[in-house]
Amino acid sequence: MSENLDPGYTGEGMYRENIIDHYKNPHNKGSIEDADAQFTENNATCGDVITVQLKVKDGIVKDIKFQGRGCAISQAAMSMLTGEIKGKSLEKAKSVKRGDIVGMFGIEIGPVRTKCATLGMVAVKNAIKEFELKKVSVKEGVK
Amino acid sequence: MAFDIKKIREDFPILKRKMNGKPLIYFDNAATSQKPAPVIDAEREFYEKYNANIHRSIHRLGEEATKKYEEAHDKASKFINAGFEEVVFTSGTTESLNLLAYSLGSEIKEGDEMVISQAEHHSNFVQWQQLAKNKRAKLKFAEITDDGTLDLGQLSRILNKKTRIVSLFHVSNVLGTINPIKKISKIIKEKSNACFIVDAAQSAPHMKLNVKELGCDFLAFSGHKMLAPTGIGVLYGKQELLEKMQPFMFGGEMIKHVTFEDTKFNDLPWKFEAGTANIAQAIGLGAAIDYLNKAGMQNIERHDAELAKYCYRLLDSMGDVEIYGPEERNSLVSFNVKNVHAHDTAAVLDSEGIAVRAGHHCAMPLHSLLGIPASARASFYLYNTKEEIDALGEGLKKVSKVFS
Repeated sequence: MSENLDPGYTGEGMYRENIIDHYKNPHNKGSIEDADAQFTENNATCGDVITVQLKVKDGIVKDIKFQGRGCAISQAAMSMLTGEIKGKSLEKAKSVKRGDIVGMFGIEIGPVRTKCATLGMVAVKNAIKEFELKKVSVKEGVK
Repeated sequence: MAFDIKKIREDFPILKRKMNGKPLIYFDNAATSQKPAPVIDAEREFYEKYNANIHRSIHRLGEEATKKYEEAHDKASKFINAGFEEVVFTSGTTESLNLLAYSLGSEIKEGDEMVISQAEHHSNFVQWQQLAKNKRAKLKFAEITDDGTLDLGQLSRILNKKTRIVSLFHVSNVLGTINPIKKISKIIKEKSNACFIVDAAQSAPHMKLNVKELGCDFLAFSGHKMLAPTGIGVLYGKQELLEKMQPFMFGGEMIKHVTFEDTKFNDLPWKFEAGTANIAQAIGLGAAIDYLNKAGMQNIERHDAELAKYCYRLLDSMGDVEIYGPEERNSLVSFNVKNVHAHDTAAVLDSEGIAVRAGHHCAMPLHSLLGIPASARASFYLYNTKEEIDALGEGLKKVSKVFS
């Protein structure tokens, strides 16, 4: 019988040095006092939580910080993602896909752990969505 | 009969599988058990030799299928010492408990009270919470003490003449603790007129149940946690109560006679089995019960409890493992390696071929009470061994190393 029916199976290989390092020493962990956007995303299956905050100017993510707790995969992915997004446009931040997270990790992620790995990405996208909705309603309010 | 674990292991084809070059160590039995060849064969035989609908087809295949299906009913009734009319097949514990919430729930009025414990599985929690909301009834919680057992004194105090339903787990799927059902039945009868429901999802696979001795009014369990296929489970109810209750679903086998004006429902237990049953799965359950009886439920209970105790002591001796619940337990151990998320623990163990569950085990309120987002859980069954638990210990050392 084939050993692993799941082609995404990487086992302990998932815990590469770079991932453990991001988990133990996360980049951009903390909070922004005058954040323009904020969103909290939960993963009900494992109780992971990530709150992301953004400082936005002229469509550029000037600063990004996160707080959270959870498994190494969810926290390391968020740490890596903040590095990718900081200084980039909102459009670029919105376009991040599961495949990009896999690229940052350098390993394939199975279907169950994908939820963990993409938790921060979903939080960022939702934060931007709310930010853009707010801007629209503020504009309409001016009218 | 001797409890020959080597022979038992040979009956489970999946245990031959290698994971990462290592033998599979399956410790996720509380989620679902593996299936022995006789159960797989029984399902295959049904489809290959006598597949037909039951209770309606007047041809040889229909007769054979009906006979085997009713035999499975008979086996399930005897398995818990219930009458034939008192056992209804459902898709599993969740459906059984929802059937009760729907059917008994229709009688619940504003101001009535219901009691569940703080440690229930969501399947014995959410329907009562929603029923209480919809009916403006009150849902009270029996508390769990610091050592993880049910506080019987507190339970007794929250019962009164307004209590209509009490629904409690038999064995906790997180703490592994065993509720003294016989004693609780007595307390409930003394203090109230409530129906007493037992969620036996985690006890039926591991101990000999006798509903007459337990003294409960209803009891629910799933086939797939006790060697049977998924999609089949049992609802036991005292005959006089089932007779009074309204059916949960309408159509198919539960009908006796229909006119344009009204419908006469079928006799027990078919009154509660609407639509075409999960026939192959029911026959698989019959085969699973045969297998368990052959191995001996007393033997299984002793074996599983021994493994749980062995695991508890091993993990307790490791220093950096936190265990939830008391040493006295049934068949599982929930734990966390200090400063490591349960998911990460499970992923590293998986690389060693060891399958454990990680998460909240469908008991989020209990986890919030324990003050943890998630836990890892090793749960055992008749084919597991102490050597496998030793391997778990080694695996946990590796977890500590990866995250040190």
